[in-house]
Amino acid sequence: MKNADVLLSGTNITKVFGYGKHKKTAVQDVSFSFHEGEIVSIVGESGSGKTTLAKMLMGLLKETSGEVRYKGKPRQLKSHADRKKYWKDIQAIFQDPFSSFNVFHKVEKLLTDCMKLQGLKLTKEEQFRKMKEACSFVNLKFEELHNKYPFELSGGQMQRLMIARIFMLHPKILIADEPTSMIDACSRSTILDMLLKLRKENNMTIIFITHDVGLAYYVSDTLYIMEKGRIVESGPAEDVILNPKHRYTQQLISDVPKIHEEWNLAN
Amino acid sequence: MSQNMLEIAQSDVPAARRTVLEVKELKTYYKTRLKEKVHAVDGVSFALEEGKTLGIAGESGCGKSTLALSLMGFYFPPLYYSSGSIMIGGIDIMQLSKEQLRKRILGREIAYIPQAAMNALNPTLKILHFIEDIMKEHRPELTKSQVREMAAERFRTLHLSPDVLNAYPNELSGGMKQRTVIAISTILNPNVLVADEPTSALDVTSQKAVIKLLKELIGKKFIKSLIFITHELPLLYHVADDIMVMYAGEIVERGTARQMIFDPYHPYTKRLMGSIIVPEEGMKAHKLAAIPGAPPNLKMAIDGCRFADRCTYAADACRHGKIDNRTAGERVYRCIFEPGTLKEWYASEER
Repeated sequence: MKNADVLLSGTNITKVFGYGKHKKTAVQDVSFSFHEGEIVSIVGESGSGKTTLAKMLMGLLKETSGEVRYKGKPRQLKSHADRKKYWKDIQAIFQDPFSSFNVFHKVEKLLTDCMKLQGLKLTKEEQFRKMKEACSFVNLKFEELHNKYPFELSGGQMQRLMIARIFMLHPKILIADEPTSMIDACSRSTILDMLLKLRKENNMTIIFITHDVGLAYYVSDTLYIMEKGRIVESGPAEDVILNPKHRYTQQLISDVPKIHEEWNLAN
Repeated sequence: MSQNMLEIAQSDVPAARRTVLEVKELKTYYKTRLKEKVHAVDGVSFALEEGKTLGIAGESGCGKSTLALSLMGFYFPPLYYSSGSIMIGGIDIMQLSKEQLRKRILGREIAYIPQAAMNALNPTLKILHFIEDIMKEHRPELTKSQVREMAAERFRTLHLSPDVLNAYPNELSGGMKQRTVIAISTILNPNVLVADEPTSALDVTSQKAVIKLLKELIGKKFIKSLIFITHELPLLYHVADDIMVMYAGEIVERGTARQMIFDPYHPYTKRLMGSIIVPEEGMKAHKLAAIPGAPPNLKMAIDGCRFADRCTYAADACRHGKIDNRTAGERVYRCIFEPGTLKEWYASEER
């Protein structure tokens, strides 16, 4: 991929929590460049700093040092207006759909908020049509749902509603933090199918944050492997998974149960 | 543990072994606030032999966890028992009182690790306290120092540090907590251990450590048999001898792990196996199977095959009457079609 396509990049990003004796470095000297329309996965075990990195990408946490560049320019997040503008382009879905929705708002309100964020001035009918379209994209029936509260939906329905939101907003970048770790294998395929379809439609960049090596390999073009806050290996998915160079990557891949190979429990 | 022992635990055991657990036509239901009944486990029968590991797979809401609770006799509202029998070590536990069940069966004959085992430990008590608690009930003759000695011994055998006994639960990592819960719940050497999604919240490295521990428990004969509930099929392939697939409260197919993964009969099993993702060569070209629609509503009686609405091969005959189990060799599956017919369909689909 050409350098010109780089959408979001970072150089030597570090995040330190706490001070003095309790100092804890969660992310250390991480550099990356995500291209337009690329699917990237950041893989690592629990506590490797994946989610901290995701939050920094979202602009929810401020990096201690290093620079994030968006569309070739340093990212501006100082004022509320700046942040709102940034979030029009970058959106996220999180691991736990139950805690990502405001439980006091009905589904209809959650979806109209998306249109508000985009600054669209639409009539009631147009709004209704848009919401219906988004819901049918993820196989939900808007007529049945619009008057319900999030806790009245099942986990799978909620996760799909999250994707309906993404469909309405069509952001440039989607950060998916463990989007399928709470759901079973069948629903996982459905969710993945929808995300891949979305990416095809508006050339979205998707950043998967996951500990599921199989999933990362299946969906992504590029992989970044994280260990203890550092990126230890990165490259095209095939290279990283089929010919891992770094000791940690090799260990990680051998720990995953596979179906055509023996699973060595001894080491 | 040596590699050798792992192999023994994994290799095939003689067929004619003692049955440790037998379930016949078990039916249990949840009562909703509107007094409707949700039949979460609806006519389940199976037997578990000594030394075997039985895997139970299926999508969310198919009744896997309810089955686990039912096996333990945990009937607390809104879960109710309707009919069927559960024989553990030759005793029908449904005939026992709550008191007898607690004294004679739980922990001794059958032990259970709940889905949220990580949160099952009271954070204000040290790990040793949980073991003392069990011993007070089941082995009152032991003194405190004997209990401590015994617990430390067990932890050492399982390659867990005895220092853990003096730690508080919040000082342990997720994987360590899970292993500790397993060690505590098997301290009385139960015949059967029911593990409900023990690795779902863990990353691959801790997952492996938990699996190693479970295999060690069987290898060292601390437990005789294991029921392993998960929706992660590649994991089940390596852990289980037999796999049972559940759908909408019923068992739709049972076979050996190899048969179920590579040669499924039932259309639902086939779809389930099609959704496996593993980091192996050729995976990227593989088309993921997604099952359209949603499972049926278990509040109502269902006529015909429960999977018919989502099945690509469903015929009119599938939608009416009772679908019986079909036996092909040692395999049992719940579908009206012959294995040959189904296999032909699957083969033509792949072309």
